[in-house]
Amino acid sequence: MYADTEKTFETAKEIREDTTMKTDIVLCGVGGQGILSIATVIGEAAMKEQLYIKQAEVHGMSQRGGDVQSNLRISSLPINSDLIGMGQADVIISMEPMEALRYLPYLNKNGWIITSSAPFVNIPDYPESDKLKRDYAMLDNVVTLDIEAMAKDNGIPRSANMILLGAAQKALGIEYAKLEDAVRSVFGRKGETVVEANLKAMAIGREAVLNNTVK
Amino acid sequence: MKKLLLGDEAIAQGALDAGLSGVYAYPGTPSTEITEYIQNSPLAESRNVHRRWLVNEKTAMEEALGMSFMGKRAMVCMKHVGLNVCADPFVNSAMTGTNGGLVVLVADDPSMHSSQDEQDSRFYGKFAMIPMFEPSNQQEAYDMMADAFDFSEKVHLPVLMRVTTRMAHSRAVVETVDVPREENKLNYNARAKDWVLLPAFARKRNAFVTGQQAMLEQEAADSIYNKYIDAPNHSLGVIASGIAFNYLNECYPDGCPYPVLKISRYPLPKELVRRMTAACDAVLVAEEGQPFIEEAVRGIMPGDAMIKGRLTGELPRTGELNPDLMRRALGLPCMEGFAPCEDVVPRPPALCNGCGHRDVYAALNEVLEEYPDARVFGDIGCYTLGFLPPYNAIHSCVDMGASITMAKGAADAGQWPAVAVIGDSTFTHSGMTGLLDAINEQADITVIISDNLTTAMTGGQDSAGTNKFEAICRGLGVDEEHLKVVVPLPKNMAEIKETIRREIEYHGLSVIIPRRECMQTLKRHLKQQKK
Repeated sequence: MYADTEKTFETAKEIREDTTMKTDIVLCGVGGQGILSIATVIGEAAMKEQLYIKQAEVHGMSQRGGDVQSNLRISSLPINSDLIGMGQADVIISMEPMEALRYLPYLNKNGWIITSSAPFVNIPDYPESDKLKRDYAMLDNVVTLDIEAMAKDNGIPRSANMILLGAAQKALGIEYAKLEDAVRSVFGRKGETVVEANLKAMAIGREAVLNNTVK
Repeated sequence: MKKLLLGDEAIAQGALDAGLSGVYAYPGTPSTEITEYIQNSPLAESRNVHRRWLVNEKTAMEEALGMSFMGKRAMVCMKHVGLNVCADPFVNSAMTGTNGGLVVLVADDPSMHSSQDEQDSRFYGKFAMIPMFEPSNQQEAYDMMADAFDFSEKVHLPVLMRVTTRMAHSRAVVETVDVPREENKLNYNARAKDWVLLPAFARKRNAFVTGQQAMLEQEAADSIYNKYIDAPNHSLGVIASGIAFNYLNECYPDGCPYPVLKISRYPLPKELVRRMTAACDAVLVAEEGQPFIEEAVRGIMPGDAMIKGRLTGELPRTGELNPDLMRRALGLPCMEGFAPCEDVVPRPPALCNGCGHRDVYAALNEVLEEYPDARVFGDIGCYTLGFLPPYNAIHSCVDMGASITMAKGAADAGQWPAVAVIGDSTFTHSGMTGLLDAINEQADITVIISDNLTTAMTGGQDSAGTNKFEAICRGLGVDEEHLKVVVPLPKNMAEIKETIRREIEYHGLSVIIPRRECMQTLKRHLKQQKK
C-alpha cells in the first residue's frame, strides 16, 4: 500500500544529487583516541562554509576504552535525522582498522574508508592481522595510513588524528583551506605551536593521498 | 548569533537566555552536559547563577522548588532514572504548584547506551498531571526553554521537558538571541495554603490541578510545537513525536505523502489525533521510548483507524528509533550497504589502565578465593565494569546505593560474607541512608567505598563527599576500629588484602575506604598544573 512513495523517493534523490552538497561521515575508533577533535574541526569548517551540520556523539559509559563512533552529517540542505541510515555513509574515518570495519553496513557502495592501520589491541580476541588484511583487500575505496608512526617521525606525536583528517579531505568534499581555517580556530586557544603541529599533520595526510603513497 | 551546540548545550543556553537563576542537578548520562555548559558560561558566572553539582536528584528537585517558591526561574536536570530518585518532590511539586518558572529536564536513554533501564519519563509527566515539552531538534530545544519557563509561570505548574539520548548528544547549528532575558526578582508569592500539603489543603489543590487538564490539553493543541501537516494520500497517517519526526522527514526529503501529526507538547491533544484517525485508513505512531502515545490512541475499544506502531510490530517494541527502522515501518526499501564484517569482535568498555578500582577488585578477588560462598553487591559507576572479565567480581547492580542495602538484606537472610562495593559519589547520592540502617542493626557486612575523589563515569564531576567520608561514617556510627582507609596500588596489595580479610572475619559492620584519584581527573589536573 506504500508502493508509489518508493518511486517518488528515488526520483527526488536523483534530482537532489545533481544540485546539492551532502556528506555523511562515520567517525570511529576506541574511546580516548581523539575522534571528537576530528569531528570538531570538520564541524567548524562546515560552519564556515555555511553548511548544515548534525553530529551525533557518544558520551558516557562506552568512552572507557570501548568502541566509539560519531555520525557527522554535513549538507547544503537542512538535515533531518541525527543518525545515518544503513548504506548511506559516504566515508568512514577511523582511528583503528577493526573499528572501521564495524561500520561497513553503514557505508554506501561507492563510499570510502580512511583509516589508521595500527591496531589498538585491548581485548583478548582481537582478530589476527591476516584476517583484517584479507577484509581490506576485498574493498576498493580504502586509504590506510600508519598515522601514529607518521606523526612520530615528523615530531608531532599528538597530532595523528589530524593526519587522518588531511587524508580524508577529498572524500569529505570540503575545501582544504577551509579545514586549515577550522584548525586555526579550534586549536587557536592552545597556542601557535599546537596550531602549527596540527596544520603540518593535516598537510602530511593530504600529501600521502595526493602522492599515492598509500593503497 | 549562530552556535554549533549539542542538544544539551542548546537547552542550557536556552535556559540562560530565558533568565535562569539556578540549575540543580546530579550528573547522569545523557543529561550531564547541560549543567557543565552552565558551569562554563560567562553569563552564568556574571549573574552568579546557581550551578554547583548536588548530592542527588531529590535534593536538586527540592532546592529548585525552593528557588521557584521565591519567584525565580530554576531548572532541574537529570537522566531518566534520576526521576525515580526525586519522584516524591517531583509529583508533589504539581500539588504545590510553582511561583517562578520551574523546568524539570529529563534525558531518557532508550536503547540503554549508559543506563540500566529505558523507562519513558512521559508517563511520569502524565502521572503528575503537568505539561510536557519534547523537542524534535536542537533549535526547537533552545526555543522551547523560554516558552517552557513562560508557560510554567502562566499555569503555576512545573513543566517536564523530555529529551532522549540522540537529541541530547547531537550537535547542530542553533540560532540564539543576542540579549538574554533578565532574571526574575525575588518575589514571595504568598499562597501558603497551596504550599502546605496538609490533606485538607492538598485535596483542594488536587481537585484544582485535575481540573486544569482540559486547559493544558487545549494549550498543547494550539501550540506552535504541535503541527498537523496534511497531505493527499490518506491511506496512512503518521503521528511522530520528538525526534521521531526527524526520522520520518529523513525518509521523505520532499515531504511525507501522508498526513503527519507532529507532537512536541503534551497532554496529548485528542482533537488533533481524532482529526487524523477520522481522515486516514491507518495510523502509524512513531515515538522514541515506550508506546506512550500509541497506547493512548489505541485505547481498548476498536476504532475506525487501524493503529500501528511498537505494539503491533511495525516498529520494534524496545530500543531507540533510527532512519532504517522508520523506513521499514513505512514500507520503504533500505539502502544497500556492505555486509557486516564477520571478523569484527565486540570491544566492551573497561576500567582505565592504572585505575584504583582495578586494585580494589584484584585484592577483593584474591581474598574471596578463600570464601567461595561470598556475594558481592555492586553499584552504579565505573566500578560496575568489575562485573566484566578479567574481574567478574560483582553479583548485582540495581540502582544508586543498592549495594549496601542489598548486602544488608542478604546478611539478614543469612548470607556470609556479604560485601558491598560502592563509589564515593554514589555513596553520598544514596548510600548513606542505607549505611545507617546497617549500622543500627550491626549488620554483618563489609562495605567498600571505593573513593576516586570524583564522579568518574559521567566525566569527572565534583563528588559531594570528597574529604568527608571518614567523618560521615563516624557520624553515622561506624565503629572506629572497623573504619579502614587504604591506598589502592599494586605495591599495597598485601596490606589491602589483609584489611579486607580481617573485616570480613569481623562479624559486624565494617567500612573500608580505598582512596586514590581517578586516572582521568589526575591527567586533567596534571595538565592544568603545567599551564
